[in-house]
Amino acid sequence: MDFSVFFQPAFSGGGIYLDWVVSGIKWTLLVSILAWIIAFTVGSILGVLRTTPLAILRAPATVYVEVFRNVPLLVQMFIWYFVLPEIVPQGMGDWMKTRMSMPEFWNGVLCLGFYTASRVAEQVRSGIQSIPQGQTYAGLAMGLTRPQVYRYVLLPMGYRIIIPPLTSEFLTIFKNSSVALTIGVLELTAQARQISEYTFRTFEAFTVATVVYVLITLTVTVAMRVLEKNVRVPGYIGSAGR
Amino acid sequence: MFSGFDFDVISRSLPYLGQGMLFSLGLTFLSMIGGIVLGTLLALMRLSSFRVLNVPAGGYVNLLRSTPLILVIFWFYFLVPLAMKKITGDAYAQGIGPFYSALIAFTMFEAAYYCEIIRAGVQSVPRGQAHAAYALGLTYGQAMGKVILPQAFRNMIPILLTQGIILFQDTSLVYVVGLTDFMGAASKVAQRDGRLVELYLFAALIYFLFCFSASYFVKRLQAPYNAGR
Repeated sequence: MDFSVFFQPAFSGGGIYLDWVVSGIKWTLLVSILAWIIAFTVGSILGVLRTTPLAILRAPATVYVEVFRNVPLLVQMFIWYFVLPEIVPQGMGDWMKTRMSMPEFWNGVLCLGFYTASRVAEQVRSGIQSIPQGQTYAGLAMGLTRPQVYRYVLLPMGYRIIIPPLTSEFLTIFKNSSVALTIGVLELTAQARQISEYTFRTFEAFTVATVVYVLITLTVTVAMRVLEKNVRVPGYIGSAGR
Repeated sequence: MFSGFDFDVISRSLPYLGQGMLFSLGLTFLSMIGGIVLGTLLALMRLSSFRVLNVPAGGYVNLLRSTPLILVIFWFYFLVPLAMKKITGDAYAQGIGPFYSALIAFTMFEAAYYCEIIRAGVQSVPRGQAHAAYALGLTYGQAMGKVILPQAFRNMIPILLTQGIILFQDTSLVYVVGLTDFMGAASKVAQRDGRLVELYLFAALIYFLFCFSASYFVKRLQAPYNAGR
C-alpha cells in the first residue's frame, strides 16, 4: 500500500492525483445537492397530491411515482442523456446536442432529482397519512381551507415525523450520484477508477473513494441527528413508513 | 415524434435481449439467495451479545451501506482475481469469470441490506418465544432454527421480496464492467445499430412491466397482513 501516489504529478491537467480526488468530491457533492433540491421540491408536491381527496390530482402523482420507481436509475440516466434530445421538438433537441453547456452534468442532476422525487413523495405521503384524520377535521372545522390545513397542520407535523427516512433518502442520493459516471460525469467513483487506470494503484484509489463516501455518510447522519433532536414532536417515536 | 421509430430493430434482436434478461434474472435470483443466507448470518452476529461477533458484523454492514454499488462492483472486480491468485497460488490464475465476480459483489452488497431487514424481523418476534424455547431445553441453534427464524421470515417475506425487486433493478449496473445483462444487451444493440431511442425506451418499458407486476404481486401478498392491523 502506497498512498504517496496521490502526490505524484497527474497524467493530465497539470496538478497531482489528489486534485482529481478533490474534483471528484466536488462533482459528487454538486450533483447530489442540486438533485436533492429537485427531489425534495417535486417529491413534496407529489406526496401532497397523493393524499388529496381529489382523484384527478391523485392519479397523475401515482402514475409518476410508479413509473419512476419501477425503472432502474441507469436506464433513466440513458433516457435523459441519449433519448430525450431525440424526442423533444427539433429546435430544443439541437440545442441540447450542440449548445447546451455541460449536458452530462445537467442531465445527471435532472435524472437523479426526478428519480429521487418519486421516493421522497412516498415518504411525504406516509408522513401525512400517519397523522390522525382528526387533525384534518379539526382544522377544517376551525374554518381553515384545505391548503391551509396542509400548510399549518399536516406539513409541519409530517416533515418532522419523516426526518429519519428522509435522511436515508438523502444518503442514498450521494451513493446514487455515482450512476452519473455512466453518462460521463467525472464524480468521485469515476475519478477513483481513472486514477487506478493511470497509476495501477487500484487499492489505494478505491480505498480513498470509499473513505470519502463513509465520511459523507457520517457527517450527514450526525447533522440530521442534531436536526431531528431539535424538531422532535413530543409523543412521537419518530420513524414513519420505511 | 415517433415517426422514425424502428420496431424492427427490437424484433430482430429479441433473442439476444432475451439472453440478457436471463442473465439479469439469474444474477438477481442467485444473489438474492446468497444475500439472504449471508444476511441471516450477519443479522445473528449483530444480535449476538459477544463483541467479537457483533462489532465486525456491524462494521461490515455500515461500511457496505455507505458505499455506492458501482464502487462495490469495481472493488470486487479488482479483489476477486487477486483473492483467486492467493487461494490457488497460481500467479497467472484466470479468476472465475465476470459472472461470478458480479455474483460475489452483489451477494456481499445485498447481504448488508438483507442483514438489517432480517435483524428487524428477528427483533419483531416477541422475546417470550425465545425464553419459552430455552425453557423447553432447546439449544441456541434449535431455538433460532425451529422457533424464532421461521416466525421472523414469515413476517419478512414482503420486505425481502421488495428488496429483491430493488436488486433486480440494481443488476443493470453490471453495465459498468461491460457484462451483457438485459441493459448491457440493449445498449450493445443500440450502439451497433445506432438505435438508442428505440432500445432504451424498450428497456425502460420491459423493466417497468417486470417491476410493476412484481410489486403488485407483493402488495397482494401483503394485503392479509395489513387487514389484520
